[in-house]
Amino acid sequence: MSSPILETHGLSVRFGGHVAVDAVTCAFRPGELTAIVGPNGAGKTTYFNLISGQIPCSEGQVTLRGSDISRATVSARTKAGIGRAFQLTNLFPGLSVLENLRLVVQARHGRGFNLWSMAIGHRDLTEEAEEILSRVRLLDQRDQVVSELSHGNQRKLEVALLIAQDPAVYMFDEPTAGMSVDEAPVVLDLIAELKQQKDRCILLVEHKMDVIRSLADRIIVLHNGALAADGAPAEVMASDVVQEAYMGRGLEGILNDD
Amino acid sequence: MIRTLLSGDTPRSLPLALILGGILICLALAPFLFPGVRTVDTAARICIFIVLVASYDLLLGYGGIVSFAHTMFFGIGAYGVALASSHMGRGFDAIAVGAVTGALAAAALAFVIGLFSLRVRAIFFAMITLAVASAVAVLVSQLSGLTGGEDGLTFKTPRALGPAFKFGKEAFDGRLFGVKLNGKLLAYYFVFFGSFCLFLLMLRVVNSPFGRVLQAIRENDFRAESIGYRVVYYRVAATCLSAAIAALAGSLYAIWLRYVGPDTVLSMELMIDILLMVVIGGMGTLYGAVIGAVLFVMAQNYLQNLMGAAAELTSGLPVLPQLLNADRWLLWLGVLFILSVYFFPTGIVGRLRNTR
Repeated sequence: MSSPILETHGLSVRFGGHVAVDAVTCAFRPGELTAIVGPNGAGKTTYFNLISGQIPCSEGQVTLRGSDISRATVSARTKAGIGRAFQLTNLFPGLSVLENLRLVVQARHGRGFNLWSMAIGHRDLTEEAEEILSRVRLLDQRDQVVSELSHGNQRKLEVALLIAQDPAVYMFDEPTAGMSVDEAPVVLDLIAELKQQKDRCILLVEHKMDVIRSLADRIIVLHNGALAADGAPAEVMASDVVQEAYMGRGLEGILNDD
Repeated sequence: MIRTLLSGDTPRSLPLALILGGILICLALAPFLFPGVRTVDTAARICIFIVLVASYDLLLGYGGIVSFAHTMFFGIGAYGVALASSHMGRGFDAIAVGAVTGALAAAALAFVIGLFSLRVRAIFFAMITLAVASAVAVLVSQLSGLTGGEDGLTFKTPRALGPAFKFGKEAFDGRLFGVKLNGKLLAYYFVFFGSFCLFLLMLRVVNSPFGRVLQAIRENDFRAESIGYRVVYYRVAATCLSAAIAALAGSLYAIWLRYVGPDTVLSMELMIDILLMVVIGGMGTLYGAVIGAVLFVMAQNYLQNLMGAAAELTSGLPVLPQLLNADRWLLWLGVLFILSVYFFPTGIVGRLRNTR
């Protein structure tokens, strides 16, 4: 088996006395899509925040391709290859769709400190941004201001920003939340497409069982911040730990509550 | 050509383009179109305030950073020229040394303030700038040996920029279109072209990739960091740049007035004026600074006269002449501001661009 891209070793964070993420040790290998599940408040999003750096960890380590990034800033982690999409849409609302994407592409090319040239003169960045827009089927909306975009399109743009980062680790936090039935497949197809890149890994926080079934190669279960189960989807769903953790209701019963 | 000069940031609205073009022509030809000591003085002030307000907009409208130290940077540039000119003697070399030193000192001070406060929260920066600006203002009025204290400094600019310098005697008989060809005219054009170049420079910066990052930070600093921009570096850089340009505007002001004093270049009132000009014109667009500065400086200079005339016209009517009394001009200025903010929340430029 190839060596992991991303690893967390005993990763913990405490808020006062409350342990939100409790010594999670886990490795994520290239070409693998891992679904992270658990009831509300289990620490899934907090675990994401620790990996991408929005919250500093109390203990433990995050390593990306073997180097420790647990003390690095958010932007440094992004440059190192961590890519994060957010649960609540988190865009640049006053700028156009194209500009949102151009900013990401520009960051990846490290051209932010260019004070003298014209931004619109960097055609290669614009072309790259447009190419991604056509992939997520937002090219028609390229000049629209993001705040005027429909919710579904905003979610698509959120995914597009992540694709534009071209990261080693894709982190999706409920990418289809609040999307209509006919919009969600576009995003799910994109994620399936990303899976084809065998040198990346994808982490997905998701509640919908059908999504997990169709996409996940592996499931990890977080319960009260701790790793409760880890394995192939069928195996995890049937495991005793999970059945116990959810007091006999089973994983599916809990997840379908949401 | 024009697009390149404007860095691709065209007015995007016909009325706005016409207004801006009109302002440019009026300012470029001010000494010929409106001859007179007071009108030319107003025009020079407008030029300088456009730069000052635009540099503040670079910070507030593009970077989303609130600063109360902008007059301090303005003052540093002004005092730089004044001190250099009084110690090195009159001359363009003194002006250059003073302006460059002032700009560098302003940028360095901005760097220190920014690095200490912008790391935490942008609101910290506002408070710290307020404290530092007050401290500097007190320091300037106390260190009277160096700065002339409350009285300020009067100094000599190069002979070529003074009213006693005459030129073009042979060719034009010392006059062009009835305007005396003297050093004051040259001083005006020095201020005008200096301001014009600084404005175009800023237009270039806000439309550069760097300017886009600033906009992104203003829109959503959390996400800007998350897509890979180290937000604090960009904020500090914007602060330094804005401080340096404010200092250069201060240098131009000192050259024009041949005087600096705490009240003219460092006062809190001036800071509030700048804020109002940005808000009235429209934040996040440098053209807003142009419109804001023109309206504000004109109102400051002419509203009183206008009201005096109006009061005389209505002298037969009840109440009205009292309301329009020239002494109440500040009241009306206040009313105008409230109305403009109420009706144009995105500023005049924002309004004009939206009614395409």
